[in-house]
Formats: sequence, structure tokens, C-alpha cells
Amino acid sequence: MTQSASRALIPLGLFLALAALLFYGLQLDPRKVPSPLVGKPAPDFALQSLKDPNQTLTKDILIGQVSLVNVWASWCPSCRQEHGELMRIARQSDVQVIGFNWKDTRAEALQMLQQFGDPYAMTFFDPDNRSGIDWGVYGAPETFVVDREGIIRHKRIGPIDAKVWEEEIRPIVERYQTNPS
Amino acid sequence: MIQMKSKSLLIGPMLAGVLLAGAAQAFTLEEFTFEDPARAEEFRDLIGELRCLVCQNESLAGSQAGVAQDLRKEVYRMMQEGQSRQDVVDFLVSRYGDFVLYEPPIRPSTYILWFGPFLFVGFGGFMLLRTLRRKRAEPEPDISESERARLRQLLAQTPDQKE
Repeated sequence: MTQSASRALIPLGLFLALAALLFYGLQLDPRKVPSPLVGKPAPDFALQSLKDPNQTLTKDILIGQVSLVNVWASWCPSCRQEHGELMRIARQSDVQVIGFNWKDTRAEALQMLQQFGDPYAMTFFDPDNRSGIDWGVYGAPETFVVDREGIIRHKRIGPIDAKVWEEEIRPIVERYQTNPS
Repeated sequence: MIQMKSKSLLIGPMLAGVLLAGAAQAFTLEEFTFEDPARAEEFRDLIGELRCLVCQNESLAGSQAGVAQDLRKEVYRMMQEGQSRQDVVDFLVSRYGDFVLYEPPIRPSTYILWFGPFLFVGFGGFMLLRTLRRKRAEPEPDISESERARLRQLLAQTPDQKE
């Protein structure tokens, strides 16, 4: 090929590169906003337990073992969708599953657990989005992986299914379970 | 046909239901009152500049999402406590990330975003100038002696155009 012919291909190459970049951009989900909290300590909180209003749960429940903190609400259809998978994770894995009941009512939340089972070792109750803002929650379901020092290691936005658990979350959980940070 | 009719009959009440439910839930900014009008103005400005993460094309000021209302309340509370605009922005960015800002901050990861367009324009301008200058610098090459001979021959062959 002559030199001028190959030079004429440069604009085409640039165009294809730009098109590839923009096409890649189209595949990204703009709803998945990266959390600035990953790598930082989980926010402090002091909230009532969903099951027992007299019991106050604090960040201490996250210290000492790797936890999944799952933000959910009874009004959230995707939470219902992932509920079965959370039940399975709670049964089969030794990760501590903590419920973060968000902008919900106690009666409806408890009813959902009664109807579909309760995968949570503990659930804290945040009807007014007090802690939700501190955790940067903007929609349910969201799930945080918190290591045993109480540091947030991962945030999953959207429901968990078997594939997400196996490929995305479980490797992170196991990494922090084996390495003491 | 009958089925279609009954369907379209349903739409009216359904639409009314949706609209009414929307109205019942609607949030207004009236509950946020400030003694100092300048502060009120600042509050309105600020929530206009922050993005609602649920409805990403709406600002916090315009969104009817529940989370937006919670965040408006939080911004209001912080401003009532006398915290500055920057305090509020820092608080939200530390929890939700730069995404809450409509105008992303200038830092290494956003250099391409901010300066990329100028780079493209600069590159395009440079290429244009270079091409133009080269065109001017290289005059059309003179025809060779053999071409000259062929030209003469062709001209001689051409019959007279006069009529």
C-alpha cells in the first residue's frame, strides 16, 4: 500500500476508535454510581432493631466478622426478587447477613419476613432515612460488603442473584474472610 | 371491539388514580423557610445544583422522589445549623460521590472531560492549518517536457472551433 493510501485510513481509524469508545459507554448503566465509601469505615449508626424496638443496634454488630449489609424494604419489588438468594446465602455461607430496613414501616417489613423467611442475623430499622444518607443509599436493594474491621469493601447496587453472588460478591467476602485485612 | 371498549373505559379512572396518588405524595419546597432571605436564596440555588440520584435528570430541587425529599431536609437542617454551602456539598459528595454535582470538579480523573473538547478543537485546527499551509507552499508542479509535446500534438489535432 502506498503511503498516501495508508494515511487516508487514519481518519477512518480515529472514527472507529471513537465509535468503539462511545459504544462501550452505551453499555454502562448510569444508575450504578460508584460509592465513595468503598475503602472507608462504615458510618456509625444507632438504630432500633426491626424485631425489638427496645434493642439498639450499632456499628459494633459489624466488627469481628465479614458481613453483608443488605438495604431492603417491603415496598421494593427487586428486594423480593433477591430475597430467595439471600436466604440461600444465609443458609450456605458463613458470612453474616445484616438487614438494613430502609424507609419502610415496621409492620410491613415484619410481615414480609414472616411471609418469605428471614435471612438476616439482625436487622436495623431506618424508617426516616437517617442512616441511609450516611451510607449513601439512594435506592433499594443495595448491598455492602463490610470486613471484620468494619471497613466497607464493596457496594452492589441492584438485586443479588446466584451469578452476582458467585462472581462478584463471594470472591470479595472470601478474600476478607481469609486475610485478616 | 367490546373488549377494547372496556379497556379504554378503564383508562380514565386509572389515569385519575395515578394523578391523584401523585398529587397526594407531592412534596413542595414551602416547608423550608428561612428568616434570612439571602439564606433562602442560597438554599434554592444549592438544591438546584445538586443532582437527584434516583431521577438522574432532575435536580434535588425538582425531584419528587422520596430520597430527594430526605436530602432536601438534610440540606435544610445543615443550613439551619449555620453550615456553609461548601460544608453541605462536601457532606453529600463524601456519601454519594461527585455524581451528586452537576458540575464535576476538576481533578486528574476528569481532565479529559474538561479539557478533551479543547484538545479536539486544537488538533482539528492544527491539521487544518497544516493542510492549508502545505497546499500554499507546494505550487502545482510544472508539466514535463514529454507532456508538453503531447499537449501540442493534441492542440494541433483539435479542429478549429469557429463556426
